[in-house]
Amino acid sequence: MPEISLQFRDVWKRLGLKDVLRGVELTVARGESVVIIGRSGTGKSVLLKHVVGLMRPDRGSVTVEGVEVASLDDDDLLSMRQQMGMLFQGGALFDSMTVGENVGLALREHTPLPEVQIDHVVQEKLALVGLEGNKDLRPASLSGGMKKRAALARALALNPKIMLYDEPTTGLDPITADVINRLIRRLQQRLGITSIAVTHDMRSAYHIADRIAMLHEGRIHAIGTPQEIQSTGDPAVRQFIEGSSEGPLLPT
Amino acid sequence: MNGTSTESIARRLPHAVLLRWLEDVGQVFLLVGSVLSEIPAALRKPPLLFQQMVAIGVDSMPLAVIVALFTGAVAAVQASYQFRDYVPMIYLGTVIGKSVVIELGPVLTALVVGGRVGASIAAELGTMRVTEQVDAMETMGISPVRYLVAPRFLAAALMLPVLTVFADVVAIFGGFLVATMSLDVSSHTFASGLRLYFHIRDVFSGLLKALFFGLIIATMGCHYGLKSEGGAEGVGIATTRAVVASCLLILIVDYLLASFLFRVLFA
Repeated sequence: MPEISLQFRDVWKRLGLKDVLRGVELTVARGESVVIIGRSGTGKSVLLKHVVGLMRPDRGSVTVEGVEVASLDDDDLLSMRQQMGMLFQGGALFDSMTVGENVGLALREHTPLPEVQIDHVVQEKLALVGLEGNKDLRPASLSGGMKKRAALARALALNPKIMLYDEPTTGLDPITADVINRLIRRLQQRLGITSIAVTHDMRSAYHIADRIAMLHEGRIHAIGTPQEIQSTGDPAVRQFIEGSSEGPLLPT
Repeated sequence: MNGTSTESIARRLPHAVLLRWLEDVGQVFLLVGSVLSEIPAALRKPPLLFQQMVAIGVDSMPLAVIVALFTGAVAAVQASYQFRDYVPMIYLGTVIGKSVVIELGPVLTALVVGGRVGASIAAELGTMRVTEQVDAMETMGISPVRYLVAPRFLAAALMLPVLTVFADVVAIFGGFLVATMSLDVSSHTFASGLRLYFHIRDVFSGLLKALFFGLIIATMGCHYGLKSEGGAEGVGIATTRAVVASCLLILIVDYLLASFLFRVLFA
């Protein structure tokens, strides 16, 4: 039995008048890559926000490396987050800073490293995502794909053990999307980073997942390897992966 | 559509409005509490503080100075009109000096700076909130209160009194210019009037008020900015609310502080 990195147990969350999560059960092994698929508005991003403690479950528990996230006080939560990286949908780069300052921010805040070494790590992370030489640009002057890559470099700055990706390829052209997919896969395989990605891009899901889980009606409706998901007979999963408007999932 | 309109009506019912208002008040107190606990950490990051002192203080200087100049000028015109035939003109300097230092300097500076700075803080933090930059910051283990709110809070509390000092001087100078150039008051008369009944405690009470006004402006800007939601529209709403709330609170707190200072402390 591989070691458990992340576990959702009977997680419920209500936002406004809607129960978004209704008893989510999910276990992710250390070093594993799990992709959560599901329609827009099914609570995929909400699920990720529970892992980093941006949201707390109304019921149930989320544990990361054996520690229950909701039980941590603010200081412990901040230090736990240093072991995680999160790639936000729009990149969420700080637009008052340059790309280099964005990538170096966590290092400046959390490590006693001298400026020379911070600069070295920043260059290294930017090279990892293919953005060497763009250190002094402002986020506003980057394309969508470059923003995502810069944000990825920033998320990797502290060498996280767990990476969370919120729609890593949405809005990117197919070629840039493939670059991001390969990067995610490489990080997970080479550095053994546990990763959870949320997406509705099936190409991306097949590429980066060890297992794919489908979130539907607030629960994990189906879970399996990409092959299992591709060959499933479940009508909801079939409809989703084939992108059909006919089936049990109604258009919204 | 139906659900939305029912929801929007429900949001306007008196008890819902009252509840939201109470929620706001509670959140503001929680924010101020956490800012106070983060102040020592914020003081260890002078660059962030200086950056905000420039944005809030130095950059507001031209606006504050122009407003002050005309405030003093108007005060001179109005006072001389009221004094005509009844009060000797030596009191022109007295009345301008007192009203500027106690009331006009701190309050008008706070209102115009509140509009400028409150809006800019709410819009900046609001945009950061809706583009997930605030979430990203938290995810990186950096407290937004320490990194974003505390420097603005401190900078506003420090710079509003500084701006007020300049505004006081410029407003009195504006009054002096009008008095000597168009009201036939000699500079000696004006200056003697200014010195008459001058109390340093009046200046300090004005600066104390300015400090509170600075805290109000930063707190409202940060509070509404950080809780904005729903894209550009949400940021717009947050900005409006921050400015309206700052202006209202400045006037309310002005009354409370005036009552305390002049009817209790200096009575």
